[in-house]
Amino acid sequence: MTEDRAVLMDMLYRMLRIRFFEERVITMVDAGEIKGAVHSYIGQEAVAVGTCVALRADDYITGNHRSHGHPLAKGGSMKGALAELLGKKTGYCKGKGGSMHLADFSIGILGESGIVASSMPVTVGAALGSKMQGTDRVAVCFFGDGASNQGAFHEAINLAAIWKLPAIFVCENNQYAITMAFQDSVAVENISDRAVAYNIPGVLVDGQDVIAMHEVVSQAVQRARSAGGPSLIEARTYRYEDHTVGLARIVKEPYRTAEEVEEWRNRDPIVIHRERIISQGIAAEKEVHKLEAKVRQELEEAVEFAYESPYPDASDLFEDMYADAIALE
Amino acid sequence: MKETYFTDAINEATKEEMRRDPTVFIMGQDIRSAVYGATGGLLQEFGPDRVLNTPLSEAGFMGAAVGAAAVGMRPIVETMACFTYVGMDQLVSQAAKMRYMFGGQVQLPIVYRCLMFYGGSLAAHHSDRNYPIFMNIPGFKVAVPSNAADAKGMLKTAIRDNDPVMFFEDRNILATKGPVPEDEDFLVPFGVADVRREGTDVTVVAIAGSVPIAMDAADELEQEGVSAEVINPRTLVPLDKQTILESVAKTGRLVIADPAHKTCSAAAEISSVVAEEGFWSLQAPIKRVTAPNVHIPFSPALEPLCYPTKEKIVDAVRETLR
Repeated sequence: MTEDRAVLMDMLYRMLRIRFFEERVITMVDAGEIKGAVHSYIGQEAVAVGTCVALRADDYITGNHRSHGHPLAKGGSMKGALAELLGKKTGYCKGKGGSMHLADFSIGILGESGIVASSMPVTVGAALGSKMQGTDRVAVCFFGDGASNQGAFHEAINLAAIWKLPAIFVCENNQYAITMAFQDSVAVENISDRAVAYNIPGVLVDGQDVIAMHEVVSQAVQRARSAGGPSLIEARTYRYEDHTVGLARIVKEPYRTAEEVEEWRNRDPIVIHRERIISQGIAAEKEVHKLEAKVRQELEEAVEFAYESPYPDASDLFEDMYADAIALE
Repeated sequence: MKETYFTDAINEATKEEMRRDPTVFIMGQDIRSAVYGATGGLLQEFGPDRVLNTPLSEAGFMGAAVGAAAVGMRPIVETMACFTYVGMDQLVSQAAKMRYMFGGQVQLPIVYRCLMFYGGSLAAHHSDRNYPIFMNIPGFKVAVPSNAADAKGMLKTAIRDNDPVMFFEDRNILATKGPVPEDEDFLVPFGVADVRREGTDVTVVAIAGSVPIAMDAADELEQEGVSAEVINPRTLVPLDKQTILESVAKTGRLVIADPAHKTCSAAAEISSVVAEEGFWSLQAPIKRVTAPNVHIPFSPALEPLCYPTKEKIVDAVRETLR
């Protein structure tokens, strides 16, 4: 195993943060405490974590509506995320973004986009800025299989390729765009095959294996930092929940079988990594329990913080529109 | 002051700001070859890294401007007004909404220079005057200069502004000349209307290429003994309501000349402002001289029927005086 112990434990820690956070979020949605649409990242944790572990703190990421996993993987605070989901003033975006639009610019999280594929050109711009400023920062875009059929996918990757920008396009192929299977919506066998059209590397990777993710992304990062240009990575993964939490109550016709869900649940990214850590003697089970307890503690503190935080004031409605303010009515 | 073409004023403003601030760069289709005239000499002076020719990918480069601005650059994007629709998701979902949606964490100093090529038999796909659409999207500032001096001073303000600016350039005045200050810090502030001509009988608010037409109309009206005050708002967001309301308080009559389609036009918004806040000053109903709600036809026999003309403005003024 090429990874050192600290990195392997960090991967587990980051995945647990997402899993426990998302499990609590579902109970809060079911209880009616969190309003609006919420998209659970459970099942996909290894994709964001394997990627973000390969990044530096000053690298950039963007994402999509399934937005909680990416910032948490990048090191964003649970407190700010949960407060944002509750619409509180102490949230990442002061309660103006909500579940689908988390962002923390202080640690390179340039924002999740509620419009599918819409953050792909933005990522290209961040990579362009990085290159123009003479830094070696890279910009990673997380998007789904559904986004790969948008025009913005093509325009963004082509631009990044012709300008040889330090951009990494990470497709989280969780098999379904709401209910449409990717095999029915994509003409090629693998989304990564489309890289050929841009003359860049296209890599298919097991998105349930955090180490495999980390290796593939690390190569892409190295390439991007050394002016080698962008890469397209397709991570095969699965969301355990429906498109949005609670969608099962609305969807009348099943679009996937219970057996299929079960099959993927049996390849749970956290279970795989946890067992590997214990069976290979990287850490004792007791240590893993300690780590889990630490994350649970962090979550409880975040829940308390989010509940106790104030809502925005009515006057906040008019704040943050313009950097150089103008009269608003 | 030197007599300068509108297009050259845009060019000068771009060069001066690119010299002043190394984070300013420009991208767009065919800009290295200066196909639309305003980007000549930029490649030679600033090099290929700051003067980017883009492929035909409006979503790609309009969105890339957002990402670049988010990490500290100041992009200028040159495009045609009609191509804004091709990149509309990036303009609306990203450029306009990002700052507010993310709680003010980011500022996006971007100028989208949108060329409006109406009036030249380019038919419905290339004749848009679509600035009113962007007035309806919070997050943008909307600038519509109508002479060379404003073009320069407003573009420099737009580049230095920290918000996304939709900057509309009217083809019908690109080749007109006017005196332009040579001072490199000559800035025209946003939200300050220009009273082009003072008058006492009627207020004519004119937008974009309708401004010189309104000035001609005012000349003709003067022959009839009618004193028209001509106001160019310069920026539609922010809108200098005060100057318009004060003028209407003085004249009691309002005609608005706006080459955009009538429904939800800039003229519609200005009418609403005056109806809401200046109603008791009015001595006659407000008149709008706009394009009708039809698409721009190709035929040279039909297209000129669409836009404000001197005659239409004069007729509208006469109606308010009846």
